[in-house]
Formats: sequence, C-alpha cells, structure tokens
Amino acid sequence: MRATPGQTVGPFFHYGLPYDGDRDLVPPGSVGAVRFGGRVLDGTGAGLQDALVEIWQARPDGTVPREPGSLRRDGWTFTGFGRASTGRDGRYAFSTLEPGPTEPGGAAFFAVTVFARGLMDRLFTRAYLPDDAAALAADPLLSSLPEERRSTLVARRDARGLTFDIRLQGADETVFLDLSGYRRP
Amino acid sequence: MNSTPVPAPDLEPQEAISARIAAIEAAHRADGEGRPQPALDYPPYRSSALRHPTKDLHHTDPETIEREAPCFGDRDVDPLEADLTIGGAGEPIGERMIIAGRVTDAEGRPVRRQLVEVWQANAGGRYVHKRDRHPAPLDPNFTGAGRCLTDDDGYYRFQTIKPGPYPWRNHHNAWRPAHIHFSLFGTEFAQRLVTQMYFPGDPLFALDPILRSITDPADRELLVASYDHDLTTHEWATGYRWDIVLGGSRGTLMENEGDEA
Ligand SMILES: [Fe+2]
Repeated sequence: MRATPGQTVGPFFHYGLPYDGDRDLVPPGSVGAVRFGGRVLDGTGAGLQDALVEIWQARPDGTVPREPGSLRRDGWTFTGFGRASTGRDGRYAFSTLEPGPTEPGGAAFFAVTVFARGLMDRLFTRAYLPDDAAALAADPLLSSLPEERRSTLVARRDARGLTFDIRLQGADETVFLDLSGYRRP
Repeated sequence: MNSTPVPAPDLEPQEAISARIAAIEAAHRADGEGRPQPALDYPPYRSSALRHPTKDLHHTDPETIEREAPCFGDRDVDPLEADLTIGGAGEPIGERMIIAGRVTDAEGRPVRRQLVEVWQANAGGRYVHKRDRHPAPLDPNFTGAGRCLTDDDGYYRFQTIKPGPYPWRNHHNAWRPAHIHFSLFGTEFAQRLVTQMYFPGDPLFALDPILRSITDPADRELLVASYDHDLTTHEWATGYRWDIVLGGSRGTLMENEGDEA
C-alpha cells in the first residue's frame, strides 16, 4: 500500500500539539536531569520561532521505554518521548536523562524529528552524545558520512547539559535521515 | 464602503504561482523519477525557501530505538478529547461532522492503540491562535484541537465541525482549501506522520501550493477524504472516511545500489 504523504505542520500547531509538560521527560533539577536543547536555524542562520522538535530515546541503561504517560506526566515514569516548540529565537530545550547505548559498545543518541512552518515534511536526524570516541568512530551512520558532516550529528557538552543546533539549510546543514528501509539484512 | 484589503506589492499573483506549480509538476512527470512526497524544495510555497535541506536525505538503517515508537495509552487521552464539539458551553457554529478511518502500515496491518492528534480552523476559517489575523469570527464554543487512540483494529474517530477555507499570505489572494491537520505515530519511529486531510471536490485544490507540493496526483488523492453515508448519522452529523497508511521501514529491504554490504 502506498504511504500517506506528509504535509507541513503549518503556522497554527501551537494549540494542537504542545501540552503541559511536553518537554520535561523528567522534572527539571531532578536527579540525573540534563538540559538537551539548542536552536533550529534556517539557511541564513536565523532561528525559527515556529518549529517543533520531538525526541525519542533510550533510558540511561540503554533499554527502550515501553510505557505510556508522555501526555500526562506523573513525574516518575520515564517514557522516552518529548516534544518542544521553539521560542522567538529558535531555541528549544528538554529536561531529560541521557540515553545509554542500546547495544554494548554502541553510540548513544537521541532520535530527533523536526517540524516547522515552511518545512514541507518532517525531518529525522540523530543527536549523538559526544563522549565515547570509540563508539562514535565505529558507528555505521557516522562512519558513512564525510568528516565535515559528522559533527552536525554530535551534541556539544556544556555546563548545562547537551547542546544540539539543527540547521535546516546552509554550509553546515544538519544531516537528515532516510530511515525508510534496511540495506543490511 | 471599501473593505477590500489593498494587495501588498510584493505578493505574486495566483496566476504566477499556478504557472510555477504546473511547471514543476510537468518536470517531475517528464523525468519519471520517483521522489519523496512532498517535495522539500518547493518555491511556490514561499516560506520553504530557507527551510529546506539542500542535500539529499542520507540513508541509514534504523537502529534499535528507531525500530520502536513512543507508547501512548488510556492514561494519556480522555475519550472526550475525540469530540471537538463539546469544549464550550454551547454548540459550535457550522456543519457537524464525523471523520473516521483506519490507520495501517504499508502491509495493511492495523496500527493499534496509537495516538492521533488533530487541529483545525473553525467553520469560518479561523484558528484559535494568536498568529491567525484572518478577520473571521472566533467561535467561543470551538477550539479545534482533539486527540484519540486508535482501537484494536486501527480505527480512529472524531466528531468535529467542518473547517472553512482561509486566506494566507503566500501570494496575492491565496486561500487554503479546507483541511484538518493530523499527527500520527506508528509502531516505529520513522512512521511519524504529520499531514493534512482535505474534503472531496474542493475547488481550491488546483491553486494550493501546499497540497501541490505533492507532485504526483495519485499521492495527492491519498489526502482527500471521501463522503461516507454509513458514517453520517440521522439528524445529527455528516460523515467522512479517511484511511491513513504509515510508511516506515518495517520489512523493507532496500536494493544495495552496487555497494558491497
Ligand atoms: Fe491549517
């Protein structure tokens, strides 16, 4: 069957998609909580004030959450899903736990989806944790990319947590992913 | 009395937009290449100019986390959220309607117990949104956002009001065909879909750069609901049916395109 095509999220998603607690996978300031955020930028480097970022991630121990509750957070169930609309300067931020690698020796990353007015369809990307150099070097996706593009997928660690800017267009455009099938059986 | 807005001089006329829409579609048809739908680089939708990637999407095999999707359940969604007509003290203005259908994957398997979110304009074409400056009336009894979970066979169902078409500033005299925005999750990350559902026979289809950014007419058809008299209820609401197929990667083994895998 032919897949239903996507369409832009448009300018008026703010009362349809955001919800209370959408960006707080864990309460800010709780044990292990980090800020994961950055800016969504257009081809001129300007921030998008009408973008929406979603993350989907493993727990710190690398297991995949299978629990509901993202829309009505109870403060202690980690669902692995969050949603954050950007502010006037294009910034988004989540309060979350750092994902662990889902396989021993694998590289840990957040699966990221980006939506925006003016963006015709959602885009997928990954935000890798920057710390495990050996795992990053062995990662099938990163090692399939030219050197200069790899860094677009690796979050920067700073005092507040992890920063990951998403550039929709331009010289240092983020690598966006086609996840529509497998090449390795 | 003169209430006709003066056109901004920088806005292109519809004829120019329509000509560009037709030229892009003809070029895509002529080269016969399958391509992502919709086109990400689509100049007739002005705002896409600086917001589309210039490099091709990079293929990668989905990893563990990407082979799953977030779970939602009864604790996330109140069944009343599927009725967009009950938010106010009174009945909203407009044509009461049911929109219902089935969510499946590309093999026709139902997507069970998964989240569907919708948002839309009211019957006058106005969103409850601070950035909507269309001078059509707000309806105190209609906010236009809803949610539900699909059932065990993948079916969803909303009761709402038929949205009106509305103007936007993409070009001079630009009007969006009436539509409902839909957001869906599948059983794997890459099935995530945000799209728009349209109503059959809308005269604005040909003029709309957002719908026409899907350059294959057969794919555009997939976004148009059909009137369904079995969903229409006696002396209450008209019914529309719209089925949704989530793509994604499950079971799809791609050609290796010559490289040794
Ligand atoms: Fe809309």
